Amino acid sequence: MSDKPKGWKELPIGGKIIEPGSARVYKTGDWKTFRPVIDREECIDCLFCWLYCPDMAIELKEEGISEVNLDYCKGCGICVEVCPKKCICMEKEER
Amino acid sequence: MTGRSAKPVPLTGANAASEAMRQINPDVVAAYPITPQTEIVMGFSNFVNDGVVDTEFVPVESEHSAMSACVGASAAGARAMTATSANGLALMWEIVYIAASTRLPIVMPVVNRALSGPINIHCDHSDSMGARDSGWIQIYCENAQEVYDNIIAAVRIAEHSDVLLPVMVMQDGFITSHSLERVLVNEDSKVREFIGTYKPEYPLLDTDNPVTYGPLDLFDYYFEHKRQQSEALKNVPGVAEKIYAEYEKASGRKYNRVETYRMDDAEHVIIALNSTVGTAKDVIDSKRDQGIRAGLVFPRMFRPFPAEELSGLLSGRKSAAVLDRSEAFSGQGGPLFAEIRSALYESDDKPLVMNYIYGLGGREITEEHIGSVIDTLKDTASSGKVKEKINYLGVR
Repeated sequence: MSDKPKGWKELPIGGKIIEPGSARVYKTGDWKTFRPVIDREECIDCLFCWLYCPDMAIELKEEGISEVNLDYCKGCGICVEVCPKKCICMEKEER
Repeated sequence: MTGRSAKPVPLTGANAASEAMRQINPDVVAAYPITPQTEIVMGFSNFVNDGVVDTEFVPVESEHSAMSACVGASAAGARAMTATSANGLALMWEIVYIAASTRLPIVMPVVNRALSGPINIHCDHSDSMGARDSGWIQIYCENAQEVYDNIIAAVRIAEHSDVLLPVMVMQDGFITSHSLERVLVNEDSKVREFIGTYKPEYPLLDTDNPVTYGPLDLFDYYFEHKRQQSEALKNVPGVAEKIYAEYEKASGRKYNRVETYRMDDAEHVIIALNSTVGTAKDVIDSKRDQGIRAGLVFPRMFRPFPAEELSGLLSGRKSAAVLDRSEAFSGQGGPLFAEIRSALYESDDKPLVMNYIYGLGGREITEEHIGSVIDTLKDTASSGKVKEKINYLGVR
């Protein structure tokens, strides 16, 4: 989570999550060691990467694919594998 | 449910548990229907068959599934119960912990019988003592009446909003579970009034307010959830005493987390659980007739452990013997002994304390055995020295 995690007095008991859609606030992006970079010159907006991304980290805009949402991208590289134009590459994450 | 309206009925300990379950009328009972199960579930399934309860009865294929189904039912918002014994409890182990950590107020009568191996079906406390650190509340019972009363009280303790933890209610295998006793049974309507309607917090079946149960809980939250469990256990003594007081008002029968017998001026104290408490009371009476100031402490609620009460009760006495009907294999005596020694650590006036492991695998414990323990307590007090810290009573 981006905010300060709750302590035992504030958390719901028993490991329950009492609101739906909480995966949205659980940011998994810091797991990755490689980040996908899309070459927009070559991209044909086929949406394969959007369709296959297991974390819905490829976001859409009116005109097609926008950037990768790095808050959620775990760097699995599936988008690189499925891209028919081979225009996504993985770059080492710098910290 | 006044003392007057209660009806005396001949019941075994197992029957007494089934009868309490009938009156509680749980929404779901999931249980493994054959051995190591006891007559508790057999009796209850007869009530299901006769249509006298509204319970959804799930005859599962194993004890692991029995507890799993109870966890699911309880999370869904149902009042869920099961019963087990010995290796059945061992088989449900994984889910026993999950029930407690998911904070599900399941009530489970347990008939204490020896864990294999070697294979044995008779009484000892190795089954429930193995589960003593699973996060469940544990209540031990001397006889069928206590089994009946404590199962009913356990429902209220488990479901209290400051607690929300599962409860095991123990009785001795065969000695209590299969012996016919006179049990005062409350009126059905009064039991239902006492336990009330279960109002679950965040039930899974409330689809307008979706919740998630049992998510992955790693290094970032697991510790906080365990800390909450410790806090809930700390709330149990206050809640239990309040519920026991309410139960006394309703039934005329009084319970405490710690029961004492002839302790006012006792110098030599026996500490025991379950049916041995009854035998020990008789022996204490005859030793008293011989002028020996003997007394008994029965920590009925073993989890959470009533350490302060025991320390208070035992401090200033001359000697004490802790009777353990299971071996912990810790090299430090039985589980009850370890707890009591730890509870006495801060006491400035500790008695000399000895441990007696007894009755394993159903080995009989007689009045003579307990008499010899009291004699040894007296000798120990006179000599001022414990000869043998850990003793085995009745072994060849």
